[in-house]
Amino acid sequence: MNELLTAPAIMTGLGLFFGVILAVAYKLLRVEEDSRIARTEELLPGTNCGACGEPGCLPFAQKLVVGEVEPSKCTVASSDDIDEIADFLGVDAGEAEKRVARLKCAGGKAQAFQIAEYDGFESCRAAAVVSGGGKGCSWGCLGLADCGVVCDFDAIQMNDNGLPVVDIDKCTACGDCVDACPKDLFELLPLSRKLYVQCNTPLAGESVTVLCSVGCDGCAKCAADAAPGLIEMKNELPLIHYESGLPVTPKATSRCPTGAIQWLEGGQFVEEESQNESRYAQLH
Amino acid sequence: MGLFFSLRNSFDHGVHPRHHKEQTAELPIQRVPFVARYVMPLGQHIGAPAKPVVKVGERVQRGQLIAEAGAFVSTTLHSPVTGTVRDIGPHRYIDGNFRPAIEIEADPYATQQLPPRPAIDWQGLSIDEFIAQVQAAGIVGMGGAAFPSHVKYAIPEGQQIDDLLVNGAECEPYLTTDHRLMVERPEAVIRGTEIVRQKLGAKRATIGVEKNKPDAIALLKQHVGELPIEVLGLEVKYPQGAEKMLIKAAYNREVPAGALPRDIGVAVNNVGTVVAIADYFDTGMPLIERVVTVAGPGVAEPANLIVPLGTPIREVLRFCGGLKESTREVIMGGPMMGTPIADLDAPILKGSSGILAFTASETGRPQEYPCIRCGRCLEACPYFLNPSRLAKLGKARLFEQMRDDYHLMDCVECGACTFACPSGIPIVQHIRTAKDDLRQQKVRSEKQ
Repeated sequence: MNELLTAPAIMTGLGLFFGVILAVAYKLLRVEEDSRIARTEELLPGTNCGACGEPGCLPFAQKLVVGEVEPSKCTVASSDDIDEIADFLGVDAGEAEKRVARLKCAGGKAQAFQIAEYDGFESCRAAAVVSGGGKGCSWGCLGLADCGVVCDFDAIQMNDNGLPVVDIDKCTACGDCVDACPKDLFELLPLSRKLYVQCNTPLAGESVTVLCSVGCDGCAKCAADAAPGLIEMKNELPLIHYESGLPVTPKATSRCPTGAIQWLEGGQFVEEESQNESRYAQLH
Repeated sequence: MGLFFSLRNSFDHGVHPRHHKEQTAELPIQRVPFVARYVMPLGQHIGAPAKPVVKVGERVQRGQLIAEAGAFVSTTLHSPVTGTVRDIGPHRYIDGNFRPAIEIEADPYATQQLPPRPAIDWQGLSIDEFIAQVQAAGIVGMGGAAFPSHVKYAIPEGQQIDDLLVNGAECEPYLTTDHRLMVERPEAVIRGTEIVRQKLGAKRATIGVEKNKPDAIALLKQHVGELPIEVLGLEVKYPQGAEKMLIKAAYNREVPAGALPRDIGVAVNNVGTVVAIADYFDTGMPLIERVVTVAGPGVAEPANLIVPLGTPIREVLRFCGGLKESTREVIMGGPMMGTPIADLDAPILKGSSGILAFTASETGRPQEYPCIRCGRCLEACPYFLNPSRLAKLGKARLFEQMRDDYHLMDCVECGACTFACPSGIPIVQHIRTAKDDLRQQKVRSEKQ
């Protein structure tokens, strides 16, 4: 009888012993988690896209609650959601300028010269690995939509000219397209930076224009037309110093021989078709 | 089992493509005439690009140093021709991209004779001097990868090379450059092998040749004489010429994943490389020309040629009677691993073993069907990877998983899996895409 009771007694003893340890640990080692974190995370969009610079929505919520970041750092949530979070936490929503992905290339099928035909599966990176994709310009957009495939927000559609068109309303500047592009053509820029160079070719002069009709040939006319010091020619490309605070006007685009520098009112490549139509109307 | 392997003289897995070597196997090596313009890309080898030491407008002699090594894993460039430096800047490379290169215009009145140089007494050189000499000669692996040879000879402290393996397998279809070298210059092959063997302090050397080249095996055996060099016939199989496969075939030893042949005491050199070394020590000629096979159904007159480096591919093809009307694709290297050429004005490189032209019936993208899990790619893969799984993950863009769970980085892109796949899945292209994506991610994270 005695032996029969030994085992349960030991087990009960052990259970009680560890239970006491756990109870003490629960009291002593307790970490107070801010109850607002869970609620804030609920208010965030939950896409875990990384656009805010955090690994996901939970780490962002943690930083929000301690006040390390402003709610407007989240570029995915609508402004109503941002206001709700700001109200809930009792902080200022902050003002973040909307950023979008911009493509440093405008050389679609109609503008850029092809030297070879790519015949593999549809992926820019696969084409880039084979033979640069057959495009004459080795810095240009390959037009096989790797950026469109990785976009979580369905913001990138390929147009008929083989160029990705970013829907600026849907774009959250999460940076997935920046990572996917094998030619490093996407960059995330504030929407207010309207003067933009749609070319990435470090060549100059005729060696550019034989490859692409809208490439920057490095003539520096835009630098001469803009406020002195605003545009610097670097690697045969205009570099626009927005941080200088100098006035930025569409005048810089007026003498560009190829149209590589553009004044963007909204998205890229949207006017292409309407422009062509109006030209057609003028001719006929 | 061990006895069985040593009798068979081959490795496990692999494929048997038709070798198509009959087109050029009997054709003696000819010399291509000099042309007007040469382009020497600064980064035509693995490692850091070379640094130019000449200026635009400077006159250069054939064989003169025009670019020095940019680092230890890098090598030198020499002028393939007597002439004038016309440009140092971006020129189109075989992959279609612009890469920095030195353009030289040949002098039409020059004799193009190499200035006579005394033979170098290689026996008196220490191993460090020998390594410096090989780097000064600009010699790289001539099989196609163009890995600087002197780096292979720099053996870290504590390691010892016991076996030198000379690669005469030439398992790629169509190519006959190594075959012709072994048939026409067996004494140079043996001499180069002996130089490298003595300098590395290896006890024996083995020249591995596939058995579809019986004339080469017989000739090499005749020329060996008393030297500790063995000429070994290997069963015909692709990719026998891959370093690790050749070691398995010749010695029945395996190089662990991620390790180098020198970790198990073996050094592997191509036949073309040892001939280049023999030539350099005998005549002082640095690497300024190489043997190239021009073949394939799209070429009018297939040939084996000695081509000065930097010759535009277009000129080489013109010498061979030009391309046929039906040609659709031109490849540099063999059909299994070669690179399609985006621009025919791109130059011949140190690693160009062949220029192959194909018509529509051999090229083009096969109709792709879903994977039927037949396992043929697994049986083909000489590295025992899981290509079907890799392709599937590649399609889903799960590149990190390919690297971490399926040994992506051990793949040498030999193409055996794609060759074996009955569903026409471009497995190797998926693998190369994944590797490129991971490489770019790494570059970006290092920048930040």
